[in-house]
Amino acid sequence: MGSDAHPAIEAIWRIESPRLIAGLARIVRDVGLAEELAQDAFVAALEQWPESGVPERPGAWLMGTAKHRAVDMLRRGKRLQSKHEQLGRELAVQEELDAPDFDAALDDDFGDDLLRLVFTACHPVLSTEARVALTLRLLGGLTTEEIARAFLVPVSTIAQRIVRAKRTLTEARVPFEVPAGSELAGRLASVLEVVYLIFNEGYAATAGDDWMRPELCEDALRLGRVLAGLAPEQPEVHGLVALLEIQASRTRARRGPSGEPVLLLDQDRSRWDQLLIRRGLAALRRAEELGGGLGPYALQASIAACHARARVPEDTDWARIAALYDALAQLAPSPVVDLNRAVAVGMAFGPAAGLELVDRLLSEPSLKTYHLLPSVRGDLLAKLGRRAEAAAEFKRAASLTQNVRERKLLLERAAASAK
Amino acid sequence: MIIVKSDEKTEAGVLPDTEILTAMGKFNEELVKAGVLLAGEGLQASSKGARVRFVRGKKTVIDGPFTETKELVAGFWLWDLKSREEAIEWVKRGPFAETEIEIRQVFESDDFGDAFTPELREAEERMRAQAAGER
Repeated sequence: MGSDAHPAIEAIWRIESPRLIAGLARIVRDVGLAEELAQDAFVAALEQWPESGVPERPGAWLMGTAKHRAVDMLRRGKRLQSKHEQLGRELAVQEELDAPDFDAALDDDFGDDLLRLVFTACHPVLSTEARVALTLRLLGGLTTEEIARAFLVPVSTIAQRIVRAKRTLTEARVPFEVPAGSELAGRLASVLEVVYLIFNEGYAATAGDDWMRPELCEDALRLGRVLAGLAPEQPEVHGLVALLEIQASRTRARRGPSGEPVLLLDQDRSRWDQLLIRRGLAALRRAEELGGGLGPYALQASIAACHARARVPEDTDWARIAALYDALAQLAPSPVVDLNRAVAVGMAFGPAAGLELVDRLLSEPSLKTYHLLPSVRGDLLAKLGRRAEAAAEFKRAASLTQNVRERKLLLERAAASAK
Repeated sequence: MIIVKSDEKTEAGVLPDTEILTAMGKFNEELVKAGVLLAGEGLQASSKGARVRFVRGKKTVIDGPFTETKELVAGFWLWDLKSREEAIEWVKRGPFAETEIEIRQVFESDDFGDAFTPELREAEERMRAQAAGER
């Protein structure tokens, strides 16, 4: 097979590694150790498979190899302080090894194990950055190099971040479990936040020359879909997936010929991906059917769905969007949500109604340097025929934005209003 | 796109037995849980289909069934994956005994380059949007 086997082995790694790590973590009760064991098994596969051929059930082979290493490591007693603890773990691993069929054990438990792994990788004891890196590494099957490339930081930074995160989990003795009862909602929010952060970093990159990095969007979308399969009874998981699918459906339309951003209402809607829209709407329906009222992600998905359903911008149901922002503002209050609500109200009920809401935000400290406030205000003033005031607002907005292309656009609008 | 071919049974309109359905259901579930499966459909026997043949612009309608059983498409999946190798590995995990599964990469419309003009692209997507709306 020679070196041709490597891409195949890497593909197997991407498919198998999350459940491999999850299954091992349940046995050895340490995510960091589980990941090392899985890596060792992968290295063994890279050494052996090109000669011996890929085994019939590669997942079972990797699991078996990793478990044998686990026993060796535990016997050498390097990991655990007390002899008692060591014997306990050894027994647990030995039991697993004696189990008649690795595959059967793997299939039955792996969903639960993966969910435990998700909650552990997104544990609040970790910083947001650490959660993101660990989730991509353990659940996305990305290499450290791939994560570093995606976030445009040196490989050593990500490597350190992951090492430190694993150490923190061990030191804090974070249990490998799915939180129960009252703890669940908050912990789930932390998981969803990580997936949403990864998506957003791809959707509106905060660093680098490209303002989108679609690969990260795809990784986040995949993680979201996996999560929906693991926790199908959670409406907000489907809400998040719906939001991501619909936002991702616009990827092709969000960039102009020379890479410049194209705003939602200016996008060529024929370039939206209808398959993703259909999937997004289906996910939103699942969230709605589960009941209990829509959460923040499902509400945002509902807003995105209003746009997705409109074949032309004129068809947009702005009154419904305004009502959804209203609900969102009550659930997750934020001045930015209020500003969006004002835009929707302006579209639905006329610029004067929108302006009234925007003016209430003028004293909001967190929006002082937010260029979209004067930009939105300028737009409403222009529609009301108050041209001089509109021009001043566009100029102000231009002075606040960091984005060169956006500044140019705003200055053009200022000049047009002043005429 | 993962293309599953016909055999005598699918062409005879024989529905899969419980065992196959269970195995296929399990495989599909695994694909969903891995975030891989985007869409998929099974196709009815070619006796319910038709072909329109074009010869120098002249059109002839040919009713099914069609004889070249093993070349016919019996169903397809759309999978979202990072590489061809991943698709191969997933197909290997499928519950198949005696068949040949074909893996093909779907064109994104950006792959067509300049030959796919904005007007063509728009017409194409509009058609897709309509098709999606009618489902």
